[in-house]
Amino acid sequence: MIIAIASGKGGTGKTTIATNLALVTPASQYLDCDVEEPNGHLFLKPKISDKRDVTMTIPKIDEELCTYCGQCAAACEFNALAVIGKKVMVFSELCHGCGACMFICPEKAISETTKIIGCLEVGKAKAVATDEIDFAHGVSNIGNPLSPPIIKKVKKLVNNDCFAILDAPPGTSCPMVQTLMGCDYCLFVTEPTPFGLNDLELAVGVARQLEIPCGILINRSDSGDDQVQRYCQREAIPILMEIPFDRDLAFAYSKGEAAVIHSQSLREGFQKLHQRIVAEVEK
Amino acid sequence: MKELTIISGKGGTGKTTVTAAFAVLAKNTILADCDVDAADLHLILTPTEISSADFIGGRGPQLDSEKCTRCGECQRLCRFDAIDFSEESGYSINEFACDCCGLCALACPEEAITMVDTINGRWFISATRAGKMVHARLGIGEDNSGKLVTLVRQQGKLIAQKEGFGLLINDGPPGIGCPVTAAITGVDLVLIVTEPTLSGMHDMERVHGLCRHFDIPALVCVNRFDLNLINSQKISDYCTEHNLTLVGEIPLDPVVNKAQVARLSVVEYECGLVSQVVREMWDKVEKELNL
Repeated sequence: MIIAIASGKGGTGKTTIATNLALVTPASQYLDCDVEEPNGHLFLKPKISDKRDVTMTIPKIDEELCTYCGQCAAACEFNALAVIGKKVMVFSELCHGCGACMFICPEKAISETTKIIGCLEVGKAKAVATDEIDFAHGVSNIGNPLSPPIIKKVKKLVNNDCFAILDAPPGTSCPMVQTLMGCDYCLFVTEPTPFGLNDLELAVGVARQLEIPCGILINRSDSGDDQVQRYCQREAIPILMEIPFDRDLAFAYSKGEAAVIHSQSLREGFQKLHQRIVAEVEK
Repeated sequence: MKELTIISGKGGTGKTTVTAAFAVLAKNTILADCDVDAADLHLILTPTEISSADFIGGRGPQLDSEKCTRCGECQRLCRFDAIDFSEESGYSINEFACDCCGLCALACPEEAITMVDTINGRWFISATRAGKMVHARLGIGEDNSGKLVTLVRQQGKLIAQKEGFGLLINDGPPGIGCPVTAAITGVDLVLIVTEPTLSGMHDMERVHGLCRHFDIPALVCVNRFDLNLINSQKISDYCTEHNLTLVGEIPLDPVVNKAQVARLSVVEYECGLVSQVVREMWDKVEKELNL
């Protein structure tokens, strides 16, 4: 079973929910797909057993064969190539590694080389019970603008026999869509404020287009107004859990401590959340 | 004309709260909401639309199934697993997986695939009580958010230059990827809004790394600083060590959410110490910008 924890708006508590859920769920896997700003490791404190580079392909021009015809630059939809006089410039930060330039080159003057854009770290984290959590995250290099290829690599590690939890990046564009694709269920974490609701509606729109069933968790549920509840009722989206603001928990969070370790009631709450998600998926 | 972008790395640290307050305090500014896939500034500044236009972010493939002979070349070459196949309906393009690179259109021997302009969203110029604002709405699940950020910023700059405004304030997106890069390259100053949590600090260091990568001067402010005073001290130490000016420490106060529900910035709604700190922060940022 593959579950995405997403939100639209940042800072609503995606990582808090995803890590706590992983901590109380038997045979869970936690995969951090927020590769621009991965934070799950701060709470799960995994032992990393394997680290590998994530690379993408970029074109390499053989100047001996190149006739500077410019077809590569014309074919590139991302403006990652420019032919100026007798020089071909490759702007690797714009390249998506699609291979169109290599395909079109009539002189076979383009081959490919790889560029490191981030890394993948895999390991185990300790769960609340005796279990271990399978942990993995992708980390995008600073200056790398393209996170979907790293997210894809993280998702390749999904183990379908586990309860796989994907911690999604904020927003509603390519990185978030890349994370949600192929998931069985999406839990949206929101807060009951105008910002939370506005971004939630956009995010639910993505799940609906992808035809992924979804539910809502309202975090800091006592901190705004009742518009999120009304929205869920109107749209018939189930609210699976509500967590009121608690300064002690926020303080624990600030130190990188998981809520379920401190609070028996939250531990039970997250166990119930797991059961509710499973029930929703099996519906 | 000067340009300021407010970013954070981690989402939800208070970028838009700070931007909305600065927008109200700044006398001579144009605003741009560069968080195009989860824009929120309009919820506080309640804009009235002056004009709007489609955002054509690029081109995307369109498959003519009548011309398709099911040779499968497109599927074989596509590196994004974006070509689906079923016995019933033949080949089709999965627009969510598609990167719009155009290789399938180049390769199709039947010319059954053509690249057509795609509308990825809509952008607006609006009037607000704090001045003119350029903002956008990226289509649901659409690509090209970096390009849309660039467009929103360019339009903001054009208005500022044409109408003689001295400043453009950009509300930035979270993360360190393509939309953030598009929101900060070439600006005069960046303000990083962080919070005293391990996540907030971790992400601040990464986004500060991005600022250094592009050689952009940055200031820092700590939101909800009293949530964890030890971590706030660590942020302050980080700033000293990296020669970053810490322009303000905003206390944790639920009144900030009340202001948001009332659709007012924290300097328009009585937020006590929060209002005061944000005002003082603006004075420092204004000085730093040499306005």
